[in-house]
Amino acid sequence: MLKQKHLLGLEGYPAEDIQTIIDTAFNFREVLERPIKKVPSLQGVTIVNLFFENSTRTRISFELAQKRLSADTVNFSASSSSLKKGESFKDTAQNIEAMKIDAVVMRHPTPGAAKHLTEFIDAIIINAGDGTHEHPTQAILDMMSLHEKFGRLRGLKIGIIGDIVHSRVALSNIYGLTSMGAEVTICGPPNLIPSFLQDLNVNYNDNLDEVIDWADALNVLRIQRERMGIGLVPSNREYRATFGITQERLNKHEKEIIIMHPGPMNRGVEIDGFVADSNQAIILDQVLNGVASRMAILYLLCGGKANVGEN
Amino acid sequence: MSLKNLSKHTVLKAGTLLDPYNKRTYRADLWIKDGFIESIGEFNAPKSAEIIDCKGKIITHGFCDLHVHFREPGREDKETLDTGSLSAMAGGFTRVCVMPNTNPPLDSPEMMNFIKEKAEKCPIHIHPIGAVTKAQNGKDITEMALMFKEGAVAFSDDGLPIQDGAVMRIALEYSTLVGVPVINHAEDECLRSEGLMHEGIISTHLGLPGNPDLAESAMVHRDLELADFTGAKLHVPHVSSAKAVQHIRTMKRKNNNITSEVTPHHLFFNDEALRSYDTNLKVAPPIRTESDREVLIKAVKDGTIDCIATDHAPHTLEDKETTFDCASFGMIGLESAFGVVNKVLVQESGMELIDLISLLTVNPRKIMGFDSDLFSEGAMAEITVIDPDRDWTFDKDHIHSKSGNSPFIGKDLKGTVELTISTNSIYKSQIIK
Repeated sequence: MLKQKHLLGLEGYPAEDIQTIIDTAFNFREVLERPIKKVPSLQGVTIVNLFFENSTRTRISFELAQKRLSADTVNFSASSSSLKKGESFKDTAQNIEAMKIDAVVMRHPTPGAAKHLTEFIDAIIINAGDGTHEHPTQAILDMMSLHEKFGRLRGLKIGIIGDIVHSRVALSNIYGLTSMGAEVTICGPPNLIPSFLQDLNVNYNDNLDEVIDWADALNVLRIQRERMGIGLVPSNREYRATFGITQERLNKHEKEIIIMHPGPMNRGVEIDGFVADSNQAIILDQVLNGVASRMAILYLLCGGKANVGEN
Repeated sequence: MSLKNLSKHTVLKAGTLLDPYNKRTYRADLWIKDGFIESIGEFNAPKSAEIIDCKGKIITHGFCDLHVHFREPGREDKETLDTGSLSAMAGGFTRVCVMPNTNPPLDSPEMMNFIKEKAEKCPIHIHPIGAVTKAQNGKDITEMALMFKEGAVAFSDDGLPIQDGAVMRIALEYSTLVGVPVINHAEDECLRSEGLMHEGIISTHLGLPGNPDLAESAMVHRDLELADFTGAKLHVPHVSSAKAVQHIRTMKRKNNNITSEVTPHHLFFNDEALRSYDTNLKVAPPIRTESDREVLIKAVKDGTIDCIATDHAPHTLEDKETTFDCASFGMIGLESAFGVVNKVLVQESGMELIDLISLLTVNPRKIMGFDSDLFSEGAMAEITVIDPDRDWTFDKDHIHSKSGNSPFIGKDLKGTVELTISTNSIYKSQIIK
């Protein structure tokens, strides 16, 4: 079992527990390949998906993981603006817990919201993204996908490309990968890189070609279209020319490199459609591994004592 | 109730008098008659006098805080002049200046009068600080001359930094008419942007939007230049960063009209504490790094910073018990102030007690133009009795403010306020005993 009751983030999260989750996830991945993709591991466990911010894939991935484990699930969605106006965060959380639930999967626009929730309720909390802070389950599925491809994480060289400062995916990946012994270089426009990188144990290089030469895999982050052309990024074509993972750019480098993307992609902006659809991209493996990883996390945290695959 | 009317005759017996005005420490008894100091030293008080044993305790001037928010009018659910007074007395403060960011704001002579009249019924002395601009709109300066006549002791749009340099220039120029300080909450709002905590390593880890130190230092630099240019008095509130300290230090070498303050919380905490996401630590300007904190302590010791001010900012539980982005800025600070600054500055940083007491008494009174020779016969009694060596843990029971938003709850502090006397009232600390 895991050392911590909740999964709030990967900063300081025990490396051996990350490994346990990944190992367990591979077992569940095997379940997902079966004709009947359901195990009774979490029968009688009730989980609420509390989404204060829009999400399609993360929510579906969690929901599917819960259903595959035979847990009972309830969904709650509210936009953050309605939250600000109406019922307080505390009341929402306490009302839901009063209905006797075992675990909460929460996405929220505010950094620290998942930790905040642990102060109000006793249920197990899984952070499905708290603002610009962390998105630990995404990082775990990314690491599982790298593990699947390379058979290890230690010593791997990973480039994370794009808007680092606003990215919870980047921060969780940095914590997870560095604690698992991988090397990380971040690459992106200087104004989208945190000013204070000390303590994060990463390298920074604004030259994408050098990063491609160096890396075993690139994790390409979504660049928010809202940021294009106003304020932070001068234009679409400038971003594409400087930081876009284009076919032409990859062709210049005579090496195999694995391409990842947490989705949703902006084809033609941070990544070319050709690249996304090529064999070197493992983007759809990530999606499948996302279900398996989340099954593993839910199973390990929600006290699933039954064996995996028990029938 | 720990607040009582003072007896007609009260004698503080066997204590040590610490007089920060005359820079003297000596053993003496002190006799208060009808709220005024009747005699110090040898005297024959009537037998009916209330004798208070102050053996082993320090008797000094009542503290003066030139930066508090008592929320009246408008947010009486957070604090009132009455509850704020009790909070002040519990912290050893007998005189405070209230900031004008109320609802409506204190931006007219009528509003000065409102505070003055209400304050007359309060146990401590409360002075209004007038707004710099009408409705704190950052554009049109207020009737400073009329407000001054009605009791305004300084001008500030605290909480709302004056962004427009030309407006600040006009305000400073005009303030020379009445000769009281202008206090500008120094933060460049464009640089601060959406920042919720100090921009640094910790904000990077926490994913919270950062507010860089240069949002403060750039604004402090502008204000110093404008003050020097106009010849006005400028008081820089709640200095939080090493960079701002450096600007103030440089300007003070050539300009005597510059003063500044620091809060107990900026002296006590560093941004590591924010790892808890405790919304009570969300303040403006933000808690900064350990090296900023060290520079602030040094600046207090070398006189770059003139005084301690709490920036006592009460908020309801609902305003704080929410996610970090939605929570209000500010913390209360009156009750914990002495235990905090005595611990940080005297115990940990080797400052002399009398120098610390000056930062809480003579120095703020001088900045505001208040009489600061309080240990003279015939003076109105403003007296605080402290035990600087007593260890205690701050908890909820020590709070008399209407609000409880203090991150000091549970913290070990050094030095207690035992007794506070202000005009005709006496506050005796009961919890600490």
